[in-house]
Amino acid sequence: TVSAFQFEEQFLASPEDLEKLRNEDGSLMFQQVPMVEIDGMKLAQTRAILNYIAAKYNLYGKDIKERALIDMYSEGMADLNEMIMHLPLCPPHEKDAKMTQIREKTTNRYFPAFEKVLKSHGQHYLVGNRLSRADIHLVELIYYIEEIDPSLMANFLLLKALKTRISNLPPVKKFLQPGSQRKPPVDAKALEEARKIVN
Amino acid sequence: MAAKPKLWYFPGRGRMESIRWLLAAAGVEFEEEFLETREQYEKLQKAQTTDGRLLFGQVPLVEIDGMMLTQTRAILSYLAAKYNLYGKDLKETLRINMYADGTQDLMVMIMTAAFKPPEEKEENIALIVTKAKTRYFPVFEKILKDHGEDFLVGNKFSWADVQLLEAILMVEELNASVLSDFPLLKAFKARISNIPTIKKFLQPGSQRKPPPDSRYVDVVRHVLQF
Repeated sequence: TVSAFQFEEQFLASPEDLEKLRNEDGSLMFQQVPMVEIDGMKLAQTRAILNYIAAKYNLYGKDIKERALIDMYSEGMADLNEMIMHLPLCPPHEKDAKMTQIREKTTNRYFPAFEKVLKSHGQHYLVGNRLSRADIHLVELIYYIEEIDPSLMANFLLLKALKTRISNLPPVKKFLQPGSQRKPPVDAKALEEARKIVN
Repeated sequence: MAAKPKLWYFPGRGRMESIRWLLAAAGVEFEEEFLETREQYEKLQKAQTTDGRLLFGQVPLVEIDGMMLTQTRAILSYLAAKYNLYGKDLKETLRINMYADGTQDLMVMIMTAAFKPPEEKEENIALIVTKAKTRYFPVFEKILKDHGEDFLVGNKFSWADVQLLEAILMVEELNASVLSDFPLLKAFKARISNIPTIKKFLQPGSQRKPPPDSRYVDVVRHVLQF
């Protein structure tokens, strides 16, 4: 079964919001967000949070070798995701170069690697013939790449099939529908607001 | 007896150093192959199409237990779990991850500073030392103070302790007095440095690498072509 976990969100809308959180004793370990409050703890560091959730909800493989593969794939995905995340932050004169880099890395480095993994074992999931966080992260990434340029997916038939399969899992399907907590792409206005808060 | 783990990286610290520390702390002997030419690197990358050596065309690369592992964090997590340095349950593993991620952020700042223009060096060092003293070290000083134990997590030596010692020593190389306001970290440093495997690693002639110098920066730039 796939987990269906409900969560609340608190949005930082002003510099004062972040400052308040920073001044709360023990809230932000390294004065940074994301922060997730779960199981009586306040968690910092995206990776640590993801690792905890994945392990807790059995999306982390059956042993340390499977976990190593899941981690390896997930870290590569995080690298590409970070490039995409930073794209809106690029000064206008650097945007084209950044976009070229994203396209190049997607089609020459990352997506061929994952397509090859799926091809090598012919299974429905990246690791251990079972759903793991790696599949979720990859599908998230595929959606972002398609937002940038759908033609980038042209040669990745197994990735496209993975995307369809994962998108049809009931909790994922629900998350992909309007009204869910999934967030839209960053727009210029939201970015400006975020800059004010962090600066 | 299993083959020794094998490491592929440039001849210096970079992202591989934390892996060397962890293997050394666990008392595991390892071999190293150093990438010093573009040709070596391309050869390793080309092998990707035949036996998947470099999944994303990048190093660090560690061959261990029949796997060719890349991605620093994946390698470190595997080693920590394999050598029982990752806590006794999910919550301890979580805390170790949080602390390790924090110290890694600090160490990556130092790592990337070596590649910045020389005229920015002083400013970068000052920023790193400030971050260490205001954002990172206070956190760990408080953790040690709150539980009064010898190690960061679960009253037992873990990967988090190895990372913190590594980070402390790296910052001290930039500013020798950085621990002056952190008495518990000073004691921690002395204590962890005296663990036999770590003590051995800290001695001259070990596989520990020196701080990055211009020669190292040149090799990396040459191999990665940037």
